[in-house]
Amino acid sequence: MMKPSRFFKMSAMLAGVLAVGMNAAAARDLTVVSWGGNFQDAQRKIFFEPFSKILGKPVLDESWDGGIGVITAKVKAGAPNWDVVQVESEELALGCADGLYEKIDWDKMGGEDKFLPSAVNECGVGHIVWTTALSYDADKLKTAPTSWADFWDTEKFPGKRGFRRGPKYALEFALMADGVKAEEVYDVLGTPEGVDRAFKKLDELKPNIVWWESGAQPLQLLSSGEVVMTTAYNGRISGINKTEGKNFQVVWPGSIYAVDSWVVLKDAENKDAAMDFIAFTSQPENQVKLPEYIAYGLPNKEAAASVPAELKKDLPTSPENLEGAIPLDVDFWVDNAEALTQRFNAWLAQ
Amino acid sequence: MRIAAGKRLAAFCLVAPLVVFLVLFFVWPLATMMSNAVSSPGAVQALPQTGEVLADWDRTSPPTADMQAALVEDLRAIEDDQTVGDITRQLNSAKSGFRTLMAKTVSAVREDTGPIDLVAIDKRWSQVPFWQAIAAATASPYTDRNLLAAVDLARSPTGEIVSLPDTRSANLAILQRTFVIAAGTTLACMLIGYPYAMVAASCTGWKRQAMLAAVLLPLWTSLLVRTAAWFILLQDSGLINRMLQALGIIDTPLALLFNRTGVIIAMTHVLLPFMVLPIFSVLIAIPSNLMPAAASLGANPLRAFWRVLLPLSLRGVVSGSLLVFMTSIGYYITPALIGGPTDQMISSVIAFYATGTANWGMAGALGIVLLVATIALYVVYDRLSSSEGQRA
Repeated sequence: MMKPSRFFKMSAMLAGVLAVGMNAAAARDLTVVSWGGNFQDAQRKIFFEPFSKILGKPVLDESWDGGIGVITAKVKAGAPNWDVVQVESEELALGCADGLYEKIDWDKMGGEDKFLPSAVNECGVGHIVWTTALSYDADKLKTAPTSWADFWDTEKFPGKRGFRRGPKYALEFALMADGVKAEEVYDVLGTPEGVDRAFKKLDELKPNIVWWESGAQPLQLLSSGEVVMTTAYNGRISGINKTEGKNFQVVWPGSIYAVDSWVVLKDAENKDAAMDFIAFTSQPENQVKLPEYIAYGLPNKEAAASVPAELKKDLPTSPENLEGAIPLDVDFWVDNAEALTQRFNAWLAQ
Repeated sequence: MRIAAGKRLAAFCLVAPLVVFLVLFFVWPLATMMSNAVSSPGAVQALPQTGEVLADWDRTSPPTADMQAALVEDLRAIEDDQTVGDITRQLNSAKSGFRTLMAKTVSAVREDTGPIDLVAIDKRWSQVPFWQAIAAATASPYTDRNLLAAVDLARSPTGEIVSLPDTRSANLAILQRTFVIAAGTTLACMLIGYPYAMVAASCTGWKRQAMLAAVLLPLWTSLLVRTAAWFILLQDSGLINRMLQALGIIDTPLALLFNRTGVIIAMTHVLLPFMVLPIFSVLIAIPSNLMPAAASLGANPLRAFWRVLLPLSLRGVVSGSLLVFMTSIGYYITPALIGGPTDQMISSVIAFYATGTANWGMAGALGIVLLVATIALYVVYDRLSSSEGQRA
């Protein structure tokens, strides 16, 4: 039997070790999660590093590829190891309804009226406006395609087409190619006949489609000439034009834009610093620096107004680019993503 | 007696870390995923009154005011958003539309404390299929819906099992394809790996080291990098096609990317070490004078290989094949980046449910189907190889 004094000493030591261990865990620095690539490089320069100086502590950054399951798993396990995450609009809607995010303190952000209405949510602050659009290499295509009907026209534009794998965007663009007006796409898609019609239109192009998965792939496919046209994210297109001197073009009419938002995970350790960070990125003088690096629209109205004209023409939010473009219908995809993906997989497998 | 017991205890203590490790990292997660596939107690616990009222409903007549009132009461009693999330996810998986319907309904129910007409909030509440989904979810905490859906089956509203048309669900086709690709990769690894291991085993000194290093080197590179490299090599204007064209062997580029060929080439490269190493370790243990002995008895090299070397090294081939086959069944990134639409494997479907929609029930169910199919294949394989062993 151990002597009591020794026993106490030992347990005190053990407790000390445990406490140190837990302190080390508690001392995790603010962790921000975004989408990687040249976009996150720009964010690091404009937002993460300056904010780290203000905070006087390091800001860690990680990247992810989206998916509400990832966030659900982290929050449900308790003590998530991420604080701030940039999410797409469906993840914002799903996670907010499921109680996975902290509520936003909008006074801290400068007030809701400073932002575009679509960037304001009780769980998230809009960070960028981005577009999925028809893109092509203007050095290779002599006649420029102008619509989704051209995208489907394999006689006029022989060659393969790139598409993001999955029903999202593919069904919308198929309906537009079939003659549905952009603003009516989701009305048509809301009916079972509309979904059948979209799949039937996709059937026509199926042998010519190369399906891509990650945002960097369409650029590679266009560069190598593997495809003549592809759907792509507009920011990456203008990015590669700048960094590699390409002449890739974006067709704005018929494009679909969406808002990405910052959220703070429920019970995140650095919740206060996380809110401060979001406020920092939302200040007009900080946000306005982003279009220099990558052509995404800014949700802060004052920031959007002060972007230089030569950069503005590439942004999804500029009025001439918004003409004929539609916003992604978040509600539609939140309801139907699972059933339509199952059907899409079955369609692909045939 | 006591000494024996003490020894047994000591022995148990020695293996205890292993047991704890296995339980914690293998048995427990597996059991959790499996139970997720068949149990979803969320709706039963959170909607008790609705469940009671719906138990008496014939599931075909129009929804009644009692059903509505019970649901309103239940939803009001839930305070935690995450509970609502669990039910909604479960219901939306059974019937698309519950996501927006529940969001709308829950906020309306929380704002107003009086009786509420659900149909006025959203006319979908007058539709029978939505209530059928709630009735099915509240009837029992256990469900076979996920397991059935994983093999392209579903229950009709009246409870019979019906098969889904192949335009709606293709899990079985994708599963079958997964096994075909895995078998193809295993065969390709065997055909390349066996001669390679033979040459490596017959070399000595630095040559053998260099050959083994060449096999092991790819293991030190990330899977993603290797896959991306194959992407660049295999494309129409890639190194392989350009070289073949320069040599005049082909006129138009071979289609190597976005099809089965590309997937099997890339997977074979990635998995080759798992075939070469087991075969090599068996081959070097075979006495080197057996082949000359066979030759001295009049066997030509092919016959000597067939009758002597191959049977003796079969154990290595079997374990190598098992390793490669089992690993390739779970492949996800390589088919996604290099394969075409008809080369996607079952893990990409599982990943969609696990990370894309947080539908862990479906992910678990597909996992169970994959596990059962793999075990069945393994049993067949084990029978075949052991009966062959007895004959030899």
